[in-house]
Amino acid sequence: MTLWEKLRPYSMVAPALTIFSLFFIYPILYMIYLSMYDWNFISPTKNFVGLQNFAELLQEKEFLQVISNTTIYTLLTVAFIIGLSLILALWLNRAGLFQSFVQGAIFSPHIVSWVSISMIWAWVMDPQYGLLNWFIGLFGFGKLAWLSSQSTSLISLVIVAVWKGLGYNTLVFIAGLQSIPKDIYEAAALDHSKSWTTFSRLILPMLSPTIFFLVIINMIGSFQVFETIAIMTQGGPVNSTNTLVYYIYEYGFRFFKIGYASAAGVILLFIVGLLTIVYFKMLSKRVHY
Amino acid sequence: MAQIVLKHISKKYKEDTIISDLNLTIKDGSFTVLVGPSGCGKSTTLRMIAGLEKESGGEIWIGDQCVNHMQPGLRDVAMVFQNYALYPTMTVRENIEFGLRNRKVPKPDREALIRDICEIVDLTPHLNKKPQNLSGGQRQRVALARAMVKKPKVFILDEPLSNLDAKLRNQMRTELIQLHQRLRSTFVYVTHDQVEAMSMGDEIVVMNKGVIQQADSPMKLYHDPDNLFTAQFIGTPAMNIMEYSRVPGLKAEAKAVIKYIGFRAEHVITNLNELKEGLVVEGEILTRESLGSENIYQVQSAAGLFFVKTFLSPLLTASHMKVIIPYAQLYYFDSNGSRIRGIETPNHAAAGKVQEAARNRALLGVGGA
Repeated sequence: MTLWEKLRPYSMVAPALTIFSLFFIYPILYMIYLSMYDWNFISPTKNFVGLQNFAELLQEKEFLQVISNTTIYTLLTVAFIIGLSLILALWLNRAGLFQSFVQGAIFSPHIVSWVSISMIWAWVMDPQYGLLNWFIGLFGFGKLAWLSSQSTSLISLVIVAVWKGLGYNTLVFIAGLQSIPKDIYEAAALDHSKSWTTFSRLILPMLSPTIFFLVIINMIGSFQVFETIAIMTQGGPVNSTNTLVYYIYEYGFRFFKIGYASAAGVILLFIVGLLTIVYFKMLSKRVHY
Repeated sequence: MAQIVLKHISKKYKEDTIISDLNLTIKDGSFTVLVGPSGCGKSTTLRMIAGLEKESGGEIWIGDQCVNHMQPGLRDVAMVFQNYALYPTMTVRENIEFGLRNRKVPKPDREALIRDICEIVDLTPHLNKKPQNLSGGQRQRVALARAMVKKPKVFILDEPLSNLDAKLRNQMRTELIQLHQRLRSTFVYVTHDQVEAMSMGDEIVVMNKGVIQQADSPMKLYHDPDNLFTAQFIGTPAMNIMEYSRVPGLKAEAKAVIKYIGFRAEHVITNLNELKEGLVVEGEILTRESLGSENIYQVQSAAGLFFVKTFLSPLLTASHMKVIIPYAQLYYFDSNGSRIRGIETPNHAAAGKVQEAARNRALLGVGGA
């Protein structure tokens, strides 16, 4: 082989590799580097502090609450999204004009930007004039504070996230359901299987690759929630909706403690990485292909 | 063990009528085969018996019960699907006992049933494997075991051998026949392969475009077809059909107007010395197929294309062929395709005796050829 023939495959991959390295790998490495320094973004010098940022973080009560908020938010969002989209998918998994229309309608939030959605939902959830309080008022419920109260703020954000993610997840589930051959249902019917048995012992195991995939991507996405908090609550009230990425953003770009923020970023990287490894190790055995 | 009766069954999909006014009785304990080309309605009929399709009209009776409104699981019918429809996330054991579990059969009984069934179908070493780790033949047997273990009144098989290779298909055919003899349940079998139908069925129902063409024993279908469709469907190669007007030198008297005549490739006699009276046809040999024990020739004659089949004879290499068909082996059809029976041609009676002698000579000659 000539030199060019040897180099050719690498030259084909080089552009993508360069961009990937520049915009993904390099920032991660730089962040790890910065986490061991104390820097305010403006001064030309950085002070090396070793692991002090980490020590501060892990003792900071605010940070621990942030971790707790993010975890609760992730668990609730993933649980509701997966549960509701599975139910919706079972209902919509049929040909028909109505089904096609609903499939398109629930998918539309997926293509709208987080920023637009956050702004609109902020108005919808306004305690005095919001549409949501008017709507629940029709059923006789009193007005709720939604984003303005510590107790309901996180769940309000969960509602927004679930509303946005429902369409995509439902469509993926519908695709998964359609890959199940029709004669499995028929064989089960002839085996005198009731609907619940067919679902729990046949459909659900056959959907396990889809569930596996959706849980992990929803989990990783939820852990990194930012837009809704930045626009709707700014971490409040009283830190009840302060999540990891918003915390990093605040300390990095508002308080200019880059080193501290980078340390928090490293912790985020570590958590998500650990989650993924544990998830794959534990659950990949239970997935039937 | 139950008799199945279909009364005035019809099936429509939106505007298309697939089946209209189908009447059929499947005898208790018989091996009945529904056979026909793709789209003839045989699978639809089968699925209506199983309860997987709702009939548009008419009644279905299994035993002494009308099962129109009965769920598939309650009809006491077991089905073997073309693609087996095994539950991929369950082991072989779980696949087989799924139906039993749903009927709340206690565990020791389940174990005993599974053990017996697996011995019959030879699956005992595979009980803890999943379907994807089994070969096609093994999956086929799991599907059979799953059906058998429920001890149903009726076994329904929807082209179960289509996905197997030729050798395995032959093997499974004999296994299924033996199974039927052992279980004595009513078997309803659907296939598009007429060889399978002829070899397995007690009774064959030939269907075309949703209409039953003929329902009879295999030999009756072969020797005495009711219509053109059945005549051409049964037998390999298909019966040679020629237009009556184009056949030279044939005179026959009949009450109806004869449009077509037919004769089977295997009834054609290639040695003209063997038979004096009969229909003589000649033509150019277009192709020769040698299948070991038999040879099939495709001949182009003035009256049309026809096939000749000879057994245990050397392959004829001449380009021209002149053959004779005994008058008794000719079939006559009218313009609707219905069979005209009871036709005698001149010299028919005498030809019969000569033909008998010729046939005996041919049988003796086979060994020495």
